[in-house]
Amino acid sequence: MPSLHGRPHASPQPAHRGTLLVRGGRVVDPAQGIDRVDDVFVRDGRIVAVGAGGESADETLDAAGLVVSPGLVDMHVHLREPGREEDETIETGTRAALAGGFTSVACIPNTEPPIDTQAAVEFIHQKAARADTCNVFVVGCVSRNREGKELAEIGRLVEAGAVAFSDDGAPVYDAELMRRALEYCRMSDAPILAHEEVLELSRGGVMHEGLVSLLLGLTGMPAAAEEVMIGRDIALAQATGGRLHVMHVSTAEGVDLIRAAKARGIRVTAEACPHHFTLTDESLRGFDSNFKMSPPLRTAADVEGIIAGIVDGTIDCIATDHAPHAPEKKMLELDRAPFGILGLETAVGLTVTRLVTTGRIGWPRMIESMSTLPARILGVDRGTLRPGAVADITVIDPDMSWQVDATAFRSKSVNSPFHGWTLRGRAVATIVAGRIKYRLGEA
Amino acid sequence: MPRVPTETEHVPAAWPHRHLLDLERLDADEIRLLLDTAAIFKEATEGCRRKLAVLTGCTVVNLFFENSTRTRTSFSLAARRLGADVIDFSASTSSLSKGESFIDTARNLEAMGIDAVVVRHGTPGTPHLLAQHLRCGVINAGDGPHEHPTQGLLDIFSIRERLGNLTGVTVGLVGDIAHSRTARSNLWGLLKLGAKVILCGPPTLVSDRWRELGVEVSHDLDAVVPRCDVLNLLRIQFERQNMRPFPSVREYAHLYAMTSDRLKNARGDLLILAPGPINRGVEMTADVADCRQSLILDQVTNGLAVRMAVLWLTCGPRDPAPRPGIAARII
Repeated sequence: MPSLHGRPHASPQPAHRGTLLVRGGRVVDPAQGIDRVDDVFVRDGRIVAVGAGGESADETLDAAGLVVSPGLVDMHVHLREPGREEDETIETGTRAALAGGFTSVACIPNTEPPIDTQAAVEFIHQKAARADTCNVFVVGCVSRNREGKELAEIGRLVEAGAVAFSDDGAPVYDAELMRRALEYCRMSDAPILAHEEVLELSRGGVMHEGLVSLLLGLTGMPAAAEEVMIGRDIALAQATGGRLHVMHVSTAEGVDLIRAAKARGIRVTAEACPHHFTLTDESLRGFDSNFKMSPPLRTAADVEGIIAGIVDGTIDCIATDHAPHAPEKKMLELDRAPFGILGLETAVGLTVTRLVTTGRIGWPRMIESMSTLPARILGVDRGTLRPGAVADITVIDPDMSWQVDATAFRSKSVNSPFHGWTLRGRAVATIVAGRIKYRLGEA
Repeated sequence: MPRVPTETEHVPAAWPHRHLLDLERLDADEIRLLLDTAAIFKEATEGCRRKLAVLTGCTVVNLFFENSTRTRTSFSLAARRLGADVIDFSASTSSLSKGESFIDTARNLEAMGIDAVVVRHGTPGTPHLLAQHLRCGVINAGDGPHEHPTQGLLDIFSIRERLGNLTGVTVGLVGDIAHSRTARSNLWGLLKLGAKVILCGPPTLVSDRWRELGVEVSHDLDAVVPRCDVLNLLRIQFERQNMRPFPSVREYAHLYAMTSDRLKNARGDLLILAPGPINRGVEMTADVADCRQSLILDQVTNGLAVRMAVLWLTCGPRDPAPRPGIAARII
């Protein structure tokens, strides 16, 4: 089986012929240690250089006062197609990604049918190519039909272009299957993206188990349900040498477990979602199902633990867990409404507002967590503005204050609890393979 | 004290709410107003037996998504005692079995021109969700383990009727606190009116987290009984439990049932409440249920008074409501 790293993936957008100059922005590229005001010059869909100087281009984008970064990569997106096109499609989801500043997304395979065959991977690639939007990297199922019983044909999926493996939506419940998956993936060095949950402990739960769930009489999902499973998978990663990526870490204790595992040299990485470093279980007091997601919103101490993990690098990256649901599905009793929250179009604003403007992290760490590291974890050739790299570029206005309007989202769904919030920081241009695919204010 | 409401009496301005969703969000004065109004109705109807015409022309819908006999009957009777029309609507006979959402069902009922929906549902927050989507009044008749405000009010009404004032009164809530909406409504009402609350039961049913509200948590009923002025014995909600939170009913009853032996250690004037339906032999023995300190049947009568008060306060005429001529009261 070919190594995953360095090989081209079938999904990227075709290179744009011609030249583009992104002029005078604050260029932040952690992969090269760059953080300075400069130009970025692009030819035929590739980066020529940062700081080319004096060349004229077919097209010029004035980036004065703006942050220019390698294109953002969201490694946790539910595009819902095939099977649940009423919630989102590959086209609408990737348009939402562009509007949020993302040039690449990794799509999670809990579709109907799940992505566990070469044909399914090929379907995603073709739909993405037809959408002509951003890059879509495919995550394949760990288990056949996502049933958690036997391994999917992981080798064949890698050959088709799958970059990582996950049964997300549910944990890989059988410990032996998880061990085999971590072992088997060592062939291609693809990571297992793990949804960590002990189902018996969270059964029937709709929110974090704590004082708020107690007062509201809602069935809780204890933090321990997540932490016990993180502990198990760290032990299995250590035993196998496989690559474990912990998805949507939501508890402070979970961050501590990962920090300790990294210190012992175990191959574990982790992501956190903007809602988990922004909201707490107090949000459920209004019984609004837009605040229902899995893992659930936890306590203020957990929010602080997540932020500390992002600051010190224990949490490698920020991912959205973009999970669209059509309004009629969310407008139900809390226990019948599905888990999930939109993320693509609010991630930059929430991260800038919550972490950058508050001084918790600087721009280099923000870009590292939303571009450099997710690209590195997925093993895709993105996340840098190095000469010769594919010219995926995001231009962000760091000071723009804007109001979230879920009804204006590119996404097909509106299940965002941030509707009406005022955020700071927004993507104003998104460039994929040298072509400007999105500009704020243009349809 | 407010006067006896008449057909033209307006709901007092001190009661600004269109809905009764929970007791957590009411303040002490609002709870007192509810209790005072209930006392007036109880007296004016000669113990909830006579009819008044203060809600003539109003229509109240009982929208019950969970089985209930006594609460629904109590609401129906209370509404009729005030002259309102009552429609019973239960999930099993509705279009919910055809896949309609409960919000659409409620909207359809509202379009028929109703004044209030009395809703019971197995999911916490469902009345709150309805209140966001309907213009008519919404009264919570129990939302899962969250709250059952009229039950809390009638329990407190019954205590107040005997003791006059709740300040400094020690009330023990015993049993399945985890799954009890009655416990939560009692807790909020009692705390706001100045009572001391002790929660008692096994740790699997009584979380230590309750202490964060300033209430006492105990797992030893024998230590709690002598300290209480009132004991409220809550039913074990077998239907709401994922996994049985104690090894056997026998063991639970041994540790937490109120028996005549335990009663011997109580104060002579201890009051005993139970929201019913009771499991005789589990929460209490039969002799305790029927003893002279038991307020169980008072609670049932007072339930009518409290529900009359709630219906009138949420549906009654408001000032300054435009009331041109006789139009407002035409049947």
